[in-house]
Amino acid sequence: MNRALRPLLATTAIFLLAYIAAVLQYPSMLSTRVLGNFLTDNAFLGIAAVGMTFVILSGGIDLSVGAVIGFSTVLIATLIMWAGLHPLLAFAITLVISAAFGAVMGAAIHYLKVPSFIVTLAGMFLARGGASVLSPDSIGIKHDLYTNISRSYILLPGGGRLTVIAMIMLAVFVLGIILAHRTRFGSYVYALGGNETSAALMGVPVARTTILVYTLSSTLAGIAGIVFSLYTSAGYSLSALGVELDAIAAVVIGGTLLTGGYGFVAGTFIGVMLQGLVQTYIVFDGTLSSWWTKIVIGGLLFLFILLQRLVFSASSPRKKAFRKS
Amino acid sequence: MSIIKKLALVAGIGALMSSTAYAEGLAGKVIGFSQIGSESGWRAAETSVTKAEAERLGVDLKFADAQQKQENQIKALRGFIAQGVDAILIAPVVSTGWEEVLTEAKDAEIPVVLLDRGIDAPEDLYLTSVASDQVKEGRVAGEWLVSTVGDRECKVVELQGTVGSSPAINRKQGFEEGIASASNISIIRSQTGDFTRSKGKEVMEGFLKAEGGGAGICAVYAHNDDMAVGAIQAIKDAGLKPGSDILVVSIDAVPDIFAAMVSGEANATVELTPNMAGPAFAALDAYLNAGTVPEKFIITESKLYTPADDPQGEYDRRKGLGY
Repeated sequence: MNRALRPLLATTAIFLLAYIAAVLQYPSMLSTRVLGNFLTDNAFLGIAAVGMTFVILSGGIDLSVGAVIGFSTVLIATLIMWAGLHPLLAFAITLVISAAFGAVMGAAIHYLKVPSFIVTLAGMFLARGGASVLSPDSIGIKHDLYTNISRSYILLPGGGRLTVIAMIMLAVFVLGIILAHRTRFGSYVYALGGNETSAALMGVPVARTTILVYTLSSTLAGIAGIVFSLYTSAGYSLSALGVELDAIAAVVIGGTLLTGGYGFVAGTFIGVMLQGLVQTYIVFDGTLSSWWTKIVIGGLLFLFILLQRLVFSASSPRKKAFRKS
Repeated sequence: MSIIKKLALVAGIGALMSSTAYAEGLAGKVIGFSQIGSESGWRAAETSVTKAEAERLGVDLKFADAQQKQENQIKALRGFIAQGVDAILIAPVVSTGWEEVLTEAKDAEIPVVLLDRGIDAPEDLYLTSVASDQVKEGRVAGEWLVSTVGDRECKVVELQGTVGSSPAINRKQGFEEGIASASNISIIRSQTGDFTRSKGKEVMEGFLKAEGGGAGICAVYAHNDDMAVGAIQAIKDAGLKPGSDILVVSIDAVPDIFAAMVSGEANATVELTPNMAGPAFAALDAYLNAGTVPEKFIITESKLYTPADDPQGEYDRRKGLGY
């Protein structure tokens, strides 16, 4: 277990060092405003990444989350603006649809024995296509609830704002941590990701757990969609393009093993914050191309994959051969 | 119409005044610029012109490319606010969803200037917006044709932009307004060329065939230069001389149309200036240094270029801008 903690510690150390380095260069980065922005601006990504953590822990992958976020924003916007529903009702409908969407994907993965990569790829196309069919244009949402939520925040000392969507993300992380480490479902997910056959032999309900994992991921993507619609007060079919990949990156940088079985929800939080830090640094610098974000994240991903290889093969016999050579 | 002219006049005077009275007014100011991305040549030119203008004025420009994503633009804006910049320029990728972050900028007393596109938000959330008047661009092209052909009978074919896009609608309307006074000029055919060179050529070939090899066509009006360049190719392929047998007038003023003018194959283009930042900096200068609140909508000049305006020089000036 101690060994498994190393990637998490490494991520935290890298985040702190990077943050200190950024602050030394731009002292105004050490402010509650910037910290508040980290949370608010990455709220949708963080929520989706919690779902992704469970999927990856179980040994799968979910490529549909970005598209589900996009679909949710459009669905919410059309329900509120065209159908005249109350936002809370629109949220409920969106969550039910996204949960069902995930359950169907989970069932397809388990019963049809199709790799999750393929099933969720199909899900991605379906959701993105569906969103564009609903409305190809961006729909602005005008409702008192939206105005009130965007106006309510906790003012932190120093001018920072802890917004409602930031608090939703923090709550999702806390619940995610409890779910992963303190519940039976959580231990099933870890067991499934460790080895599906032995998990089944030990009595883990594989079918139910698989379906639940994808249901959870899609539901959280639906919540991320709600948060995204609050964030921009609009629904747009092309919103959150590629968020699934950012979420996967956050999970891996956060120390979760891509093959499943090892990892921490808390690590994912650091992974998300690290991405926010890189983006903020580039905005503060103002001369670097924003594509450097991708390059840095790519470099970090590579570093962590390497790190995991070293840490997790330490106990396997292969490691000795590796050392001798 | 007169309101737009007045606004343009006011903007022009404002720009003139600020450039004389507060010549070094923005030196050392930190200004954030959130750009949509670099999806078109014009957009890339806008970015390079903005950077050049900032350097000329001594502005410390913080540039953020949003890679076509609104969330990246919002993040960039929040980053600018946290950094405490003096002002923000933004070319918004979509029109919705800006109220929250612009309110935050307003609370932080940072003026925001919109470039090139408008948004659906209360007008008090931004200082001003700098954009071109697409109807006027079409009108300038139409008026040029009227003054060029005189009393001669003139049948025009039109290459429209992408169906339903606002530049296509507005540039068509403007051109029709421009030629409305001249009964000798009529648009005989009008089809979409999708703003692309290849579609422009294809549609022009169709026009030429339908009009007896082009004998009856006096001029072609294209909603952008790219389609005009395609049309020029089609006219040459049909054995006619573009620029003399058939007049070519278009909009945008990209380098390639000036190259065509140099070889006498294009007659006029109306500029969609990539220099949206110039008027924006002028407005910010006046606002930050003298407290002058600018007009809400600054309309950029729609300048007409003909072969008399040193096309070779214009080509050389533009080719390095990233078009």
